[in-house]
Amino acid sequence: MEMEKQETYDIMAVCLLAGKIMLQSGAETYRVEDTMMRIASSFGAYQSHPYVTPTGILFSVEGDEPTKTKLIRIVERTTDLEKVAQVNGISRRISAGEFTIEEAYKELKMISASGSPYSLWIHVLAAAVSSGCFLIMFQGEWRDFLPAFITGGLGFLSLLYFHQLVPIKFFSEFSASLLIGLQALFFVSTGIGGELDKIIIGSVMPLVPGLLITNAVRDLMAGHLISGLAKGADAFLTAFAIGAGIAVIFSFF
Amino acid sequence: MTIVEQIITSFIASAAFVIIFNGPKRSLFHCGLVGMIGWIFYFLLETNGVDMVLATVIASFTIAIASQYFAKKYKTPVIIYSVAGIIPLVPGGIAYNAMRSFVENDYNVAINLAAKAFMISGSIAIGLVFSEVVNQIIRKSKLKTIVNKTH
Repeated sequence: MEMEKQETYDIMAVCLLAGKIMLQSGAETYRVEDTMMRIASSFGAYQSHPYVTPTGILFSVEGDEPTKTKLIRIVERTTDLEKVAQVNGISRRISAGEFTIEEAYKELKMISASGSPYSLWIHVLAAAVSSGCFLIMFQGEWRDFLPAFITGGLGFLSLLYFHQLVPIKFFSEFSASLLIGLQALFFVSTGIGGELDKIIIGSVMPLVPGLLITNAVRDLMAGHLISGLAKGADAFLTAFAIGAGIAVIFSFF
Repeated sequence: MTIVEQIITSFIASAAFVIIFNGPKRSLFHCGLVGMIGWIFYFLLETNGVDMVLATVIASFTIAIASQYFAKKYKTPVIIYSVAGIIPLVPGGIAYNAMRSFVENDYNVAINLAAKAFMISGSIAIGLVFSEVVNQIIRKSKLKTIVNKTH
């Protein structure tokens, strides 16, 4: 009896860790719930109820003994698709019966501790390149490519820097977009850049919460109303921060 | 000429976005492809006078189909591919112009643009959901035919 109890708690620990990694890495709500239930049932806990919101996970397992419930709080959310893919792979292998509970827990711990597969400079370079490309996609001129490249790269770098300085998302996004506006203004007023609007739109794209908006609407349509509204609020705050940063530039110049 | 420009830049932009989102290295190329397909659909429709919202729905539907194909083939979550595809469609420019109009006290234009941005982000999601529904119907009908054959 005591053994069985311990085992249920272990299964729950594995499920919650998997769910936590996925949720923190930006997976959709239904995928998190589905993965947790799959892992639980492959370890023999057939009756489980995950309740996933962007800020916390509730998970309960029913069995012969009294129902057990655990809760974990999610504070920090980023986008890390590699981790989503890795946890998904682990869950597949668990379903195939390749892992014991301890092994699965160890693997998940390793994923959770692993850092980003790309270095900081690759990230900045990617942001810079995509800013330049977005400028062209939005019908900008080629001579604005370099200004957008530099503005987008520095804007993204400043977002990371400010976020490290003050861990308030709104503040770092506001400051980054303020910096982007200033740079774009500088390029246009010195005559290097042509169209202010196009340069700003291109450079702001790496900050835009596109993933959040779409995930929010998908969650709403899938019936995860609380997650959908919370993600929508998150996306709205980010969009507002970016807009406010740019707006400051416009109201002064 | 413009179309070649658009093809190349949309491919690079989508792949670069996957790097920002820490996507797996081995799927970078496919993510770029998905992004490119979606954007070219949108671009061609939009320049030929199709309404922006409808063009977005069709493009995101295409993106979702392409992502589901890659996700099945390489056994990776769909979200990795669909995110890359959707990013170019996100109405960043319209949202920006809306914000600018708000700041310039031009509320009528601002509300117009904001509503449009909302419509477009909604239509991205609708395209994605549609393709999921189609996918499930196909899967179910396949199951049925298998069941019928065995009986």
